[in-house]
Amino acid sequence: MQRSIWHDFKIGIIEENPLFGLMIGLCSALAVSTKVENAIFMSAAASFVLICSNILISMIRKLIFDEIRIPIFIVVIASFVTIVDLTMKAFFPVGYAALGVWIPLIVVNCIILGRAEAFAYTHGVVRSIADGIGMSLGYTFVLLAMAIVRELGGTGEIVAFNATLISLKGFNPPQLLQSFPGAFLTFGLLMGLLRKIQGRAQ
Amino acid sequence: MERLFLIFLAAFLINNILLIRFIALCSFFGVSTNFETSIGMSMAVVFVMTMASAVCWGVWRFVLEPMGVGEFLYIPAFILVIAALVQFVEMVIKKVSPTLFKAMGIYLPLITTNCAVLAAATESVKPGFWKLSLQYNYTLGESLVHTVGVALGYSLVIIMFAAMRERITIAPIPRSMRGFPISFIAAGLSSLAFLGFKGLFGI
Repeated sequence: MQRSIWHDFKIGIIEENPLFGLMIGLCSALAVSTKVENAIFMSAAASFVLICSNILISMIRKLIFDEIRIPIFIVVIASFVTIVDLTMKAFFPVGYAALGVWIPLIVVNCIILGRAEAFAYTHGVVRSIADGIGMSLGYTFVLLAMAIVRELGGTGEIVAFNATLISLKGFNPPQLLQSFPGAFLTFGLLMGLLRKIQGRAQ
Repeated sequence: MERLFLIFLAAFLINNILLIRFIALCSFFGVSTNFETSIGMSMAVVFVMTMASAVCWGVWRFVLEPMGVGEFLYIPAFILVIAALVQFVEMVIKKVSPTLFKAMGIYLPLITTNCAVLAAATESVKPGFWKLSLQYNYTLGESLVHTVGVALGYSLVIIMFAAMRERITIAPIPRSMRGFPISFIAAGLSSLAFLGFKGLFGI
């Protein structure tokens, strides 16, 4: 049965969520989720690369020889990553400094190469765009959820783009959530919680 | 000599690539399900990472930097070096030692997308890659020591974690936490332990 474009779009958000379902692209998600602002920058950058490389690879897929497809994918992805890298450096120096190595490392983010290989290489342009947007949204949601838990729990307030969005008064924040171990703990607990909810829904 | 030792220790324990810097987590959680595969993976990583760093060091020092294009060509250049190297290593091992090739299996091609290799290669040659304030600018020898430290740090954690996960699978754990969630909690606790190395020898 031919799957609809809508199905391609929504599968990335819940069922095959890249972080909770497919367990790929974890490194950047854990590292940048200390602040909501960083999570927004990171997901915007990764989504741009993912959607653009999906489009380009599905456009040129009939010209690619099977044997050298991985190097071609990597060159395509590396070009888009370089665009993001230099654009962010020029226009958002604060975000660029906060994300550090994670922008250049998008090139080896498994989500992007994984989707190029598993989806864009075998599907048409429109469906690849749907897949790219779905996967990006799935990545963004998880990243935002992690960042909200870690920033609110670890510092007691959420500050994004020079504005304090939420501030908890009289709350003594456990700084563990902001530190490295906190990332693993938050991710593990969120994932367990999600499974619990899903188990109940079934 | 002392500098080399400090570089090694910093890369191996204090800035451990998996638990402190969150690089290469996908392969970490994907491969550490059993003891033998994790040993195979860490052997392959030590090998490829060291070679990749040496080649990328040369590419940066003799090609990209003199031509003044390092800043915007280093990502495609290094990733191509790594991809070509992995392919080359795969062919050599297949030819020289088919047994080793069989033992390594799918882990060799997987290394191309292992962010640890790109990160380790780049940070030892490109100044200010890991943190803008840290200027590495290593010589070839220092860069190799650094990379071996990073790779051994990866092996240490992945092998330790594989042993831990084999025990976790027979532990009584709530159903929704089984598998990956509890592994993340365990990784969090190990990471907490590794934070204890911070400040060792003033690094």
